[in-house]
Amino acid sequence: MTTTTTTASTRAIRDYDRPLWRRIFINREFAIIALLVLVTIVAAVSIRGFAQPITANYLLLDVAPILLIALPMTLVMITGEIDLSVGSMVGLASVVTGVLTQSGAPFEVAALAALLVGVVGGAFNGFLVTVVGLPSLAVTIGTLALFRGLAVGLLGTTAVTDFPEAWTALAKAKIAGTTIPYIVIPFLILLALFIVLLHFTPFGRGVFAIGLSKDAARFSGVNVERTKFILFVLSGVVAAFAGIFYTLRFGSARGDNATGLELQVIAAVVLGGVSVFGGRGHLHGVVAAVLLIGVLGSSLRLAGVTSDVINIITGGLLIFSVVAASVLAWVQRIRAKAGPPLRVAASSAP
Amino acid sequence: MTFARKKIAAFAAVAVAAALVLSGCADTGSGSGGSTEGEGGGSDNLSITFLPKNLGNPYFDTSSKGGKAAVEEFGGTFAEVGPAEATPDAQVSYINTATQQAVGALVVSANDPKAICDALNEARDAGVKVVTFDSDTNPECRDLFINQADSEGIAKVQVDLIADQIGGAGEVAILSASANATNQNAWIDLMKEYVASEYPDITIVETVYGDDDDQTSFDKTAALLQSHPNLKGIISPTTVGIAAAARYVSTSDFKGKVAITGLGTPNQMREYVEDGTVTAFALWNPADLGYLAAFAAKALIEGEITGAEGDTFTAGDLGEYTVGADGVVLLGDPFEFNADNIGEFDF
Repeated sequence: MTTTTTTASTRAIRDYDRPLWRRIFINREFAIIALLVLVTIVAAVSIRGFAQPITANYLLLDVAPILLIALPMTLVMITGEIDLSVGSMVGLASVVTGVLTQSGAPFEVAALAALLVGVVGGAFNGFLVTVVGLPSLAVTIGTLALFRGLAVGLLGTTAVTDFPEAWTALAKAKIAGTTIPYIVIPFLILLALFIVLLHFTPFGRGVFAIGLSKDAARFSGVNVERTKFILFVLSGVVAAFAGIFYTLRFGSARGDNATGLELQVIAAVVLGGVSVFGGRGHLHGVVAAVLLIGVLGSSLRLAGVTSDVINIITGGLLIFSVVAASVLAWVQRIRAKAGPPLRVAASSAP
Repeated sequence: MTFARKKIAAFAAVAVAAALVLSGCADTGSGSGGSTEGEGGGSDNLSITFLPKNLGNPYFDTSSKGGKAAVEEFGGTFAEVGPAEATPDAQVSYINTATQQAVGALVVSANDPKAICDALNEARDAGVKVVTFDSDTNPECRDLFINQADSEGIAKVQVDLIADQIGGAGEVAILSASANATNQNAWIDLMKEYVASEYPDITIVETVYGDDDDQTSFDKTAALLQSHPNLKGIISPTTVGIAAAARYVSTSDFKGKVAITGLGTPNQMREYVEDGTVTAFALWNPADLGYLAAFAAKALIEGEITGAEGDTFTAGDLGEYTVGADGVVLLGDPFEFNADNIGEFDF
């Protein structure tokens, strides 16, 4: 698919033109993974209390909802769209689970209903974006308010805290012999599914093609609307699943659960190397970015840094990474304008 | 060209990495310096961490000040951590952090009685003593609860104050914090019972929630006065709410006509008492509450008490306290502030 546009083809050729080690080491994903390793080592060495097994447990439980939602969000953003309603969907799924459990439904039924709400909410976003043709930024700002309103409206400002002990315990349980929580299992399954979907199927190639050029993608036979619709539904249902996990982890369904989570997810996705204009991104970069933000937060908290300073640091990290990418693109443009096309220049050099 | 581009890409990646690592290092360095000095104290781990409902709340600033004074008095290490928003999920991360740090005791004001329970119990399993203050968790999740005043006393003083200010008859509304704040809800229920039995001519027409947010409380006050034209008084059992309500009323036509009372801090309420918007309000001394909580934590760490009913310990200047049923320690009766005595207080 990437050969359908001139920019994409030059990029592809240029990519394969480079030696393998350069392709591996000089890219954004590698920078983030290297940074994650570096920050983890620095934290383990210099921060008392970080280098112990329980850290993995707390850290993974903390970032699990972000990790989960970042998977479909990566695909949505590669198509050049965005889903700002995920944090509110977590809250709505949490409240639906809570209200149904409170009214006597078995927890399993309540959770299924919450997943269904995720499907419906995602389909609603997808419908407005693909059928009505509205920009996803506007649509999902709307549903961000709508889902949150429904969540708070359904439960008021009270909380449901009676969930079956077996389920709340499972949400926090550690895999036998380790401190890794069970939530990593569904996460790894989803990760594998999304990697296959994005990198090894025509659907995934379509996702990239849409992000590079919607028209070119359409001409080459990609069903742009169907692809986007499916992605919004996936985003909704994964957010709902994260909402159920969130509810069980804290044993508390509240309308204001996970307020602002969408910003954390989008920050991580952008930090992980997904272009906000679409067409570029890798899941491994995003996963590393989520973990990086998690490790930074956890280690800074351990070091006694206050939450507002932590926000400043993670926010600064995001802005710096985006600015660096933009400056790079700008320099490239200037150079491209100044001289003959890249390939010619490179090959005609003495 | 391609080479130049790669160089820029490489440079940018290295620069980002270096900048981030440096910022990370710098912060962790200074922070850990502050939190590590505690362990050198001796065999008893007297590092005590206060975890209020949220930071930047003057009430908790005062209670933490009291806690810090106590910890310094007995030579322990004091730390205060907390989320910016008063939500239970945000508190859980800080409880986990305290577990990782293996602090001696955690002194918590709970944003939800149940949601932070598992995290607290995990901390206790790891050897951390847990003291709640101001807002309790379920009793099985902590070692002690330091109660600022018993609920009956708090409900009674607020109802008596409003009854006194409106002449014992008329419509009254309540402006509370969040709808699932444990303490506020208990007081409101008792206030309603007490009004029903002692003041038959007073009607509580509505309870609204300002979520301990100044602007929300301000707006809810305006809405209350709009929707109940015959309102004679507002009781706000939260320091954020009463100050916002007083601020609204002080600049409106309702000044002098609608009485405002509840639980406030002298510094926040001073100007409204002086300009006549508020006649009297009540509170305990939050600094004493933090002070007592810190001494209770010390007694637990040193094994002087276990939190069983009948245990006694000495809390510095405040004297001796006895643990009551369910591991509750009572600070004392609420205190009434008015124009005559407000000048004597600064918190």
